[in-house]
Amino acid sequence: MSEAAPALSRRQGLGGLLACALLGVGPARGQALAPTLDLSLLYRPFTGGATPSEARVTVTTPRLADNGFTVPLSVRIDSPMTQADHVQRLVLLSNRNPRPVIADFDLGPWSGKAEIATRVRLNGSQTVMALAQTSDGRWWQGTAEVEVTESACMDAA
Amino acid sequence: MLARIQLSSPVRRGQPMEVRLLVQHPMETGFRFDVLGTSAPKNVIHSLHASYGTRTVFRARLGSGISANPYLQFWVVPEESGELLVQWQDDLGQKGEVRARVDVTPA
Repeated sequence: MSEAAPALSRRQGLGGLLACALLGVGPARGQALAPTLDLSLLYRPFTGGATPSEARVTVTTPRLADNGFTVPLSVRIDSPMTQADHVQRLVLLSNRNPRPVIADFDLGPWSGKAEIATRVRLNGSQTVMALAQTSDGRWWQGTAEVEVTESACMDAA
Repeated sequence: MLARIQLSSPVRRGQPMEVRLLVQHPMETGFRFDVLGTSAPKNVIHSLHASYGTRTVFRARLGSGISANPYLQFWVVPEESGELLVQWQDDLGQKGEVRARVDVTPA
């Protein structure tokens, strides 16, 4: 190390690293392409402002999805599916996809079981929400966290 | 449009029957570009409808968040033997359908 150039002291170096860490500056974090939306913004248009209860709905996805183009997703709602008490609507929401509403299903007592399975595209690691409406008009929700290694969307430049 | 439908068996009267459906479709999101920079227009199966006899038993409104070659699994309770008919339409107006004969055995 030459005497002329002011050397970065160990203290300065560590301080800089700490500042970077605090400010979130650093190597680009994986999949930080699209911002995540607040899930309440997504369900409000369906529920008419009401907050869905966090019960009865189970969303199953792999915790780590290698490929965001096809992520297996299944939803099960705890319901007897009788004429008097059944699930009539099921909505799948993503808080990071360019179009947040993934799918919207109509069920009824003739479904017998309130279960749906499909494969979805996910634009990066996020929370997937299933929103269900029972025949009494109440809304229920369940969520699943998914880490997506390869996003379904190319960087839309 | 090619499609495949599969039902759980045996099908018992009044018991839920599992329906698995696979449709061959690109489910083009509209966010993709070719090498010349022209965007591939959005073309997804936007609505799908299943009926058993005269009754609608399942309806789905799908978006670009559903993977290419959409796969759907749902349940139907058959009260008597009949035909399950699934129909769908994409953004280009192309329609497709698949039918499955259901023979129920007494529960």
